[in-house]
Amino acid sequence: MSNSDFEPRIVAFLCNWCTYTGADLAGTSRIQYPPNVRIIRLMCSGAVDPVYVLKALLDGADGVLIGGCHPGDCHYQTGNYKARRRVAILKETLRQMGLEEDRLWLRWISASEGQRFADTITEMTAALKAMGPNPMRREWAV
Amino acid sequence: MARTPKVGVYICHCGINIAHTVDVEEVAGFAGRLPHVAVARHYTYMCSDPGQNLIKQDIEELGLTHVVVAACSPLMHETTFRLACQEKGLNPYQFEMANIREQCSWVHAAGPETTEKAKQLVASGVSKAILLEPLAEREAEVTPAALVIGGGVAGIHAALDIADAGFRVVLVERGPALGGRAMQLHKTFPTLEPVAGLIAPLIARLLGHPRIEVLTEAEVTEVSGYYGNFEIEVAIRNPQSAICNLQVGAIIVATGYDLFDPTALPEFGYGQYPEVITGMEFERLAAGGEITVNGKTPQDVVFIHCVGSRDAHRALPYCSRVCCMVTARQAHEIQQRLPEANVTVLYMDVRAFGKGFEEFYDEVRREGVLYRRANPSEIIRRGDKLIVRAEDTLLGEAVELPADLVVLAVGMTPRADTEKLAALLRLSRSPDGFFMEAHPKLRPVDTATGGVFLAGCCQGPKDIPDTIAQARAAAAAAMVPLMRGKVKVEAAVAFVEEELCAGCGVCAELCTYGALALHPVRGVMTVNPVLCQGCGACAMACPSGAMNLHHFTFDQVMAQVDTLVGHLS
Ligand SMILES: Cc1cc2nc3c(=O)[nH]c(=O)nc-3n(C[C@H](O)[C@H](O)[C@H](O)COP(=O)(O)OP(=O)(O)OC[C@H]3O[C@@H](n4cnc5c(N)ncnc54)[C@H](O)[C@@H]3O)c2cc1C
Ligand code: SF4
Ligand code: SF4
Ligand code: FES
Repeated sequence: MSNSDFEPRIVAFLCNWCTYTGADLAGTSRIQYPPNVRIIRLMCSGAVDPVYVLKALLDGADGVLIGGCHPGDCHYQTGNYKARRRVAILKETLRQMGLEEDRLWLRWISASEGQRFADTITEMTAALKAMGPNPMRREWAV
Repeated sequence: MARTPKVGVYICHCGINIAHTVDVEEVAGFAGRLPHVAVARHYTYMCSDPGQNLIKQDIEELGLTHVVVAACSPLMHETTFRLACQEKGLNPYQFEMANIREQCSWVHAAGPETTEKAKQLVASGVSKAILLEPLAEREAEVTPAALVIGGGVAGIHAALDIADAGFRVVLVERGPALGGRAMQLHKTFPTLEPVAGLIAPLIARLLGHPRIEVLTEAEVTEVSGYYGNFEIEVAIRNPQSAICNLQVGAIIVATGYDLFDPTALPEFGYGQYPEVITGMEFERLAAGGEITVNGKTPQDVVFIHCVGSRDAHRALPYCSRVCCMVTARQAHEIQQRLPEANVTVLYMDVRAFGKGFEEFYDEVRREGVLYRRANPSEIIRRGDKLIVRAEDTLLGEAVELPADLVVLAVGMTPRADTEKLAALLRLSRSPDGFFMEAHPKLRPVDTATGGVFLAGCCQGPKDIPDTIAQARAAAAAAMVPLMRGKVKVEAAVAFVEEELCAGCGVCAELCTYGALALHPVRGVMTVNPVLCQGCGACAMACPSGAMNLHHFTFDQVMAQVDTLVGHLS
């Protein structure tokens, strides 16, 4: 697969209160972004089990985005700090597995930041295109 | 155990909102071939009565066990469809929504990729749906009292309504006095009544009300608990300073607005020339007897509209809604009291949208106030006059207007400490910085935090009648739980599979709400479902996989991931 026609697949785990609502605002404001992202709604970024992320990347997703409220704004007070610690460990795990740690993004996007959500997906899609397909995809492909 | 799932899938066109970029027929065909899907339909408006009836009929006739609607955001219509399911005896938690409007059709161009994405979102929803279990909706008792934060026009009205209905109200006001900004106004548009005269009797009634407690020079410092049972800490900062603890069932935020600071736009010379004042300062000038500037009666008076407003690059992007009419009222005041004066209003547009506004604006122009569509560029001093330099945008020429008094119609801004209160109450802010309502069209007084409501200018600029309308609406909304005495509590809470739990206690340490405790005899973790808020932090951390979150279980999320990426490798 050449990089030019490669369309990365992103799985996004978004907290209900901030980033999911921010993604909705991008929609109501009709802000266009690439269709490469698939959103899974969770109640809080602190509920993202590392296994979800690993499963997504091992099964061939090119990138995973975790979206939560800005520090201090988590609806459950501290879920996003828990997510931040978890992501640091996950990145280390990815490195050990020989995967680029930049396939995992953690972003704080509030309910009013529809533009920021759209920009994040645009940037992430471009970054993953440059990085190329998840090597796991090639390894597993028959 | 559970019966084999039988899923109904419904793809909404949303008029053309979805159908113009997503091939809904193709998505429905695809959905119909997914495992366990008994029926897949598409329809113009799923949320309409006939749309909902499709679901109800299928539940009845086909015996559906789960329903998936692919339409707008669940934040918009999840409740609508849950109720439809419930009406036909299906547990509302066996319903799932796929967001193919806000997160698909509205943000991508028409084409096969957009339809493909919609298909996958539907498949992801179905794979979760078949694992959804019925949950019991439970209720908690409500503390029959309300907290009102802010004692302006909004807070006063909300407090009076709730107390008149028979509930205890605590009103917390930061300043030493009640009435807020309205008490600083000389008169109100378009009726020209003195404002203080309208507000003072309300304040008197508030202070004498047997069910209202007013705490002035006080601020909310801590909020815990949840809808129906909030625990509030208030710090009173006057000579008898004290800390009070309150329990309330609902909270109304009515903290009002600050004013745009025109020193941010140096061309207007505010702070440099004493003859340049803000609209709010004009109120004081007009209330104080004879109108003089530097000891003299002004001959030339210039009002400037939209100072700092509708200017996304340098100041506030939004319109403050009141300034056009405030300026008309103030120009009228000058023209009436100083008939010899030349009164000019420089405007971008005149927005006279309210009841009686256009008529008032016409009258002010008939009286002799000159309205000029102009773009002011700077104010300079020449002799004992100020000169307002502007471009007349109708004539397309530069003009210079002499002035003894310049009044800047500055807009409203969010309170400087909005961020702090937002964090305490877990509220969001809209892009303009004001507190954000739960939905811009459908839920203008609710917030995303259950039991917390918005009233007045803290939600965005508005005049006094709109402030009162929203305050009384917020009061009515807050009284629903107070009157019922009960609120629904989150059914999607954590649960433990006891046989897997090692009793390590890791989860309990992570829970911010103290909802988890080891069973004293069995040594396994137990969940207090009233305290649990359903954040899922415990489930994610459990090393044994024993802790789980209802409605977002490990298996349900893994099924979604599998559907979305499983086919890639
Ligand atoms: C120059 C000018 C002229 C106007 N003229 C008119 C007019 O002629 N007619 C008209 O209809 N409207 C007019 N308005 C609009 C009017 O002022 C508002 O509609 C109205 O005052 C809004 O009331 P409120 O209760 O929402 O806010 P506010 O009046 O701002 O009251 C909020 C209260 O909350 C308190 N507070 C703030 N933060 C906290 C906190 N953290 N804790 C506790 N308390 C807090 C404040 O001290 C204040 O008492 C004018 C506005 C301006 C700027
Ligand atoms: S973390 Fe898991 S194993 Fe440990 S006490 Fe909690 S539920 Fe039990
Ligand atoms: S889901 Fe959140 S609130 Fe509920 S018990 Fe677990 S950590 Fe506590
Ligand atoms: S609720 Fe958004 S990060 Fe916790």
